[in-house]
Amino acid sequence: MSQLAGEPVHPATAVGNWRQSKPATLFSSREFAGARPHVLLIMLIALGALLLLSLALGSASIPFDQILRVLLSGEADQPAWTHIVLKFRLPKTLTAAFAGMALGVSGLLMQTYFRNPLAEPFVLGVSAGASLGVALVVLTTGVAGGALLAGLGLAGDLLMTAAAGIGAALTMLLVLLVAVRIQSIVSLLILGLMFGYLVAAMVSLLLYFALPERIQAYINWTFGSFSGVTNEQLPILAGLVLAGLLLSAALTKALNALLLGEDYARSLGANLQRTRIGIVLATALLVSAVTAFCGPIAFIGIAVPHLCRGLLASADHRLLLPGTCLAGACVALCASLIAELPGNNLVLPLNVVTALMGAPVVMLVVLRGAQGKL
Amino acid sequence: MTTQVLETLDLAIGYRRRTKGDIRLAHGLNLELQRGTLVGLLGSNGVGKSTLLRTLAGRQKPLAGRVLLAGQDLATLSPMALARRLSIVLTLAPQPRLMNGYALVAMGRHPHSDWLGRLSADDHETVAWAIKAVGADDLADLPQAELSDGQRQKLMIARALAQEADIMLLDEPTAYLDLPRRVETMQLLKQLARSAARAILVSTHDLDLALRSCDQLWLMSDAGIITGAPEDLVLDGGLGKTFSAAGITFDKRIGSFVLDPPAGPRVRVLGEGEPVLWLCRALERSGFTVCGDAADLEVAHRQNGAADTWDLRLNGRASAHATIQSVLDALESEPIWQTR
Repeated sequence: MSQLAGEPVHPATAVGNWRQSKPATLFSSREFAGARPHVLLIMLIALGALLLLSLALGSASIPFDQILRVLLSGEADQPAWTHIVLKFRLPKTLTAAFAGMALGVSGLLMQTYFRNPLAEPFVLGVSAGASLGVALVVLTTGVAGGALLAGLGLAGDLLMTAAAGIGAALTMLLVLLVAVRIQSIVSLLILGLMFGYLVAAMVSLLLYFALPERIQAYINWTFGSFSGVTNEQLPILAGLVLAGLLLSAALTKALNALLLGEDYARSLGANLQRTRIGIVLATALLVSAVTAFCGPIAFIGIAVPHLCRGLLASADHRLLLPGTCLAGACVALCASLIAELPGNNLVLPLNVVTALMGAPVVMLVVLRGAQGKL
Repeated sequence: MTTQVLETLDLAIGYRRRTKGDIRLAHGLNLELQRGTLVGLLGSNGVGKSTLLRTLAGRQKPLAGRVLLAGQDLATLSPMALARRLSIVLTLAPQPRLMNGYALVAMGRHPHSDWLGRLSADDHETVAWAIKAVGADDLADLPQAELSDGQRQKLMIARALAQEADIMLLDEPTAYLDLPRRVETMQLLKQLARSAARAILVSTHDLDLALRSCDQLWLMSDAGIITGAPEDLVLDGGLGKTFSAAGITFDKRIGSFVLDPPAGPRVRVLGEGEPVLWLCRALERSGFTVCGDAADLEVAHRQNGAADTWDLRLNGRASAHATIQSVLDALESEPIWQTR
């Protein structure tokens, strides 16, 4: 116990040591030693570049200066270019960015809360709830009559969005009710998974009895897409996502405390009940908004938080929350660009691209984790 | 400044069940913790030590009675207000990835920092002080994953210290540590209780260590909790009673539990000093009863220059041995065991 020989004096009791409390610059302090906060800046620049790229690239080739002109003055040399940029590329680009942010952040919330590196927003059964809603609308309207049969047009799209949103929101409400009662994290995880199976079975049942063209419409929805959101719908998506992000930001400190486990988090003053509800609510807002407008988009939620921890070399949510936001948007924009490779009329399903990009990341994490364990 | 920081009034602890009635582990508890003292909580497995600690920490509701922290009812405190008065250390230290020791200890400032957990200059000073106080300066900048269990636990204690709560509750913090680390940890806690004026309650199975380092013991058994200075509890037999079990007895002379002597062959040991003490232990371990009046079996210790020599006399035959193992081997080959 030699190190205790010179007893350190507690700062509060040391005479003349008192000084005005003022917050130090956030990321400069010793607790962030080893972390790479400057990566956030790089992510921000990358996001800016990808946003422009997403506006500039598409099946129609528009000169880049014309794109800038549309953005700055709202008018290009050719009306068709203005139309393409403002009506198609801008909403698609912003949708991809908002969806990426929402999925990245909700993935981070789930992984921290469940203390499980493989948790993702959909483990709570959100996508299952959304898909049931969509399946009910798409697969049963044919039975109900011809009124909505032609409704794979605008009305049908709106109905599907609403069905997915309601399905996802109802699922989250259910999870919320359970989360308030059930204290055990593992129980909640298992209930979410079981709920997912239950709903998947109901969807299968609906598919089994559905008309082939209806099944095709349902499967198209499950592919996911950023192109279905109109300029009129965009504010709704953006509003829900921003609300979810703000709520997540308010949970920053509790999320950090949860890194030490529930017992320690509680002993550090975290209100676990409130935190649990906050996490479920934020995830509900983020994921049901995205699923309603873009379909069940896989892998961004699970891969982006791992990517950010690696890039930022930190587990601190003050870095990870903005990090997953930026990286999520970047990854979604990348996926969207790859899915609609320019100079090519072929459009790949979004989920194919995200899974092809995301699965290797998850595999890498699992393999590296297995090495690090022993 | 009053020194009493925690008090229980007719506290009953246990688990509530919807059917079949509550499980009541202890009741009528009137305990108190004073600033500047280290209290050891001892008791057999399953007697309710952890339940008591959880109840005192506000993690679990009491079945009856109240817990007062500096006169204020625990149940009325918000999580943040409670965190400013009471900190905990658990048996298993978490291993958060990508977090250095300093960041871990800085978590202790959560009850005092703003909504983002930003540290002021004062917070940084307190964190640095806590790290220094547990002697973990060299660990602060290392990633958690590279530390040993003992080092992590040291940082967890520093974190609890940085929380600046009057009360520290530790649930078997040394269970996974090796003996030197256990001694070190208990000494550290004793020192902190004094220098930082904390009231520290630590549950442990390390009886010997608790007897040597704690200012007070809480002995928990099915009959309730008895408290007092360790030495008083040894002398009045309270300690022996708390852990009473068939086959073991508390030996007041050496301050620890010993196995009841087996009724094996009786052997007389001649000589004194450390070699003889360890010879007796070897003989008892092998099933002999060491006593002064055995007639036909005798082992005598003789200093032979720097070496020890053991003279074994058995039924009139004598032999000399250089090691205790050799003595035991010689005894093993004799037919004395048939008399058992």
